[in-house]
Amino acid sequence: MVQKVRLRYAKRGPVRFTSHRDFARALERALRRANIPVAFSQGFTPHPKISYASAAPTGVASEAEYVELGLQAPMDPAELATALDAALSPGLDVVEAVTVTTTDSLAERLVASRWRIELPGVEPAELARAVAAFEAAEEVAVARLTKQGRRQVDVRGAVVAITTGSASVPSGVDDVPCAIIECVVRQVTPSVRPDDILSGLQAVAGLTPPVPARATRLAQGPLTAQGEIADPLAADRRGMTAERVG
Amino acid sequence: MSESVESVWPRLEPLLPRVSKPIQYVGGELGAQVKGWDTAAVRWALMYPDAYEVGLPNQGIQILYEVLNEQPDVLAERTYAVWPDLEALMREHGVPQFTVDAHRPVGAFDLLGVSFATELGYTNLLTALDLAGIPLTATDRDERHPVVIAGGHAAFNPEPVAEFLDAVVLGDGEEAVLEITAIVRQWKAEGRPGGREELLSRLARTEAVYVPRFYDVDYLPDGRIQRVVPNRPDVPFRVHKRTTMDLDQWPYPKKPLVPLAETVHERYAVEIFRGCTRGCRFCQAGMITRPVRERSITTIGQMVADGLANSGFSEVGLLSLSSADHSEIGDICSGLADRYQGTNISLSLPSTRVDAFNVELAKELSRNGRRTGLTFAPEGGSERIRRVINKMVTEEDLIRTVVTAYTNGWRHVKLYFMCGLPTETDEDVLQIARLAHEVIRAGREATGSKDIRCTVSIGGFVPKPHTPFQWVGQTPPEVIDRRLQLLKQAINSDRSLGRAIGFRYHDGEPSLIEGLLSRGDRRVAAVIRKVWEEGGRFDGWSEHFSFQRWVDAAAAVLPAYGVDLDWYTTRERDEHEVLPWDHLDSGLDKDWLWQDWQDALAEVEQDDCRWTPCFDCGVCPSMGTEIQIGPSGRKLLPVTPV
Repeated sequence: MVQKVRLRYAKRGPVRFTSHRDFARALERALRRANIPVAFSQGFTPHPKISYASAAPTGVASEAEYVELGLQAPMDPAELATALDAALSPGLDVVEAVTVTTTDSLAERLVASRWRIELPGVEPAELARAVAAFEAAEEVAVARLTKQGRRQVDVRGAVVAITTGSASVPSGVDDVPCAIIECVVRQVTPSVRPDDILSGLQAVAGLTPPVPARATRLAQGPLTAQGEIADPLAADRRGMTAERVG
Repeated sequence: MSESVESVWPRLEPLLPRVSKPIQYVGGELGAQVKGWDTAAVRWALMYPDAYEVGLPNQGIQILYEVLNEQPDVLAERTYAVWPDLEALMREHGVPQFTVDAHRPVGAFDLLGVSFATELGYTNLLTALDLAGIPLTATDRDERHPVVIAGGHAAFNPEPVAEFLDAVVLGDGEEAVLEITAIVRQWKAEGRPGGREELLSRLARTEAVYVPRFYDVDYLPDGRIQRVVPNRPDVPFRVHKRTTMDLDQWPYPKKPLVPLAETVHERYAVEIFRGCTRGCRFCQAGMITRPVRERSITTIGQMVADGLANSGFSEVGLLSLSSADHSEIGDICSGLADRYQGTNISLSLPSTRVDAFNVELAKELSRNGRRTGLTFAPEGGSERIRRVINKMVTEEDLIRTVVTAYTNGWRHVKLYFMCGLPTETDEDVLQIARLAHEVIRAGREATGSKDIRCTVSIGGFVPKPHTPFQWVGQTPPEVIDRRLQLLKQAINSDRSLGRAIGFRYHDGEPSLIEGLLSRGDRRVAAVIRKVWEEGGRFDGWSEHFSFQRWVDAAAAVLPAYGVDLDWYTTRERDEHEVLPWDHLDSGLDKDWLWQDWQDALAEVEQDDCRWTPCFDCGVCPSMGTEIQIGPSGRKLLPVTPV
């Protein structure tokens, strides 16, 4: 392995229904079609050196998914991003790529996410009441099915900030209210996902959306003191610039 | 630009978060095509009547999809069976059966082509028709509805589903779909003269498209068929199967469909030849796909190179009914192994022939380090029963082959057998245990290791149309289940050997229903409809299949015709009985089939016509075809691997 590259990619539109495993298969095939010199592990069944980090759940769109590739031959990250994006299905879009110039892991950088959750058919005022109740609670326990079985998870503790808004629905259906949640959620174990937030709102305020919500991960990265999400690739990008200058 | 047929996607999308594996309904596969609706002259919806994960890799559908879409004025899209969770939501929200390509309603297409690889997809066809708003009974349809046309191996006896079909094509589809397209294109261009009836009659007059409604079936008082005759003067008495010659001219799929969803086969599959003349008497595929037509080594090499480049798959399957029989299989395997050495491409050969040569080929293909499993199919446990089914393998061959596999580093082999074969006794089945013990004993001796295993896998035999066993009485499920219990005990009678032997089998009940659907006639349609009405779906899936539902439906509808489930399955037919598929011509001479059945009873074997003189099965002269095999003497040259 001569180089590591970190990618940000988006999952948009219908392909948001890909599961993490679906994406992994699609990525491996796209890497082969694009002739990207991915490094392989040694051993009887060699695996490509690809590390995934906290993937968005199936059905949730994302503007900020991250993956790290190990290469066996050097390649310009911008070229790699263009070639890989062309080989991936429309909707699975490579947004940017940087060469890794730091030593800490990608997972360590992905401390929190900002989510946007659209709730067609929910009155904004009703949502605001539910969110206020949620914020007022010290703890909001939600049942989650994990690999270890059913677990109670505190959703409230993971939520750094939560705000509400409204919009017309994206599909353009007339006269249907659409409330919107934007929230910053810390990466905890087990992870708190948009569905869990909605379960939390149902638990504290009985909020029951009439149709499935549409969630999008807008950003993912380190959490600033102000509760904002920073760019997780910034450090590597600075390193790349420094290398070019030096 | 808005088109005259709208996508159902906006209505489907909100349902998807509520179903399992929603990605299967999204489409967007690599290689998929979405064409303009209004500019297409002929529009095909192609259906594989099973779940997406099974249907997507289907070669037949992929080939026809590509062949049709290469025509500039033809549009072809795909549709698959939806799982019951989505079916319920579609009914609740009024969403029709849709294609995964552009999510267009199936009911809006000119043709709905359905590929039946197995009879257990019949109920799924009814679900799709119903969700599409297409009347189940073909004669209830009018100009607004697609022409529903079936193909695939099960379509060689389409009578049980004839009521639901407008037309049927027997045999290879590559050229047939283009000819049907031309007829539909012409008829539409003329302003649809004579309506649906005229279109069907134009199709029937080609003598290569079977239109069930143009044939009447008369029955004898005892329930047997008296005759099947055309009810109009311009259609043929018998409809012939299609045979595509020179497969090098049809190197499909060129751009394989690569799904986002997980499917049962994640590989580039190249069909290295079509047809088989080994003459295994139970094998319908081998009988109805004659003669053997090989793809040349160079075409195969090119298809693999292009297929990998276009798909990004890391696995290649060299498929056919008996791949080791390709005249240049040795050069194909070593040539491909050379080309892809040092890459992460793995090559596999579905190995069924029992001889040491197969182990050599598998070894060659696994040079890259990845070793796929080895499966051998002796099919019958005793040499006697293997003579009956014409699977010429001696016990010595079998043991030598498996031991060769063990000594070449395979720790595990799979042995495939059938239970319920004609003339079979308990003793024939118990021989399977003895063979398996012998294999382990010899393997331990040859390798000096106790770390070797074999899995004995058993399938229930189902008599199929157009085979020498089309007359036999199917073995009842209780007999099969009892023999399998005896076999299990016999395998475990030696604890040391038994521990090294895995045993996989299915109970006999689903096979009986497959038997009903395989050799049924038009009266069986009422059973299928009843089962579907009672909730029957996905009958090929054990968790969805209900034997009781089929038994109850058969008991409810068949007595009115004076027949029953046993009459269709366990009853032996005599030489002169009119069989429901006699008017459908696979090229096989019925007298030859009968003689082969008599030879089976006399335990007389039949050689392969590729290496011995023609034995007059009838196919080549009646179909105007010939055996197309190498060797060409050419070799695969090295290429820069992708």
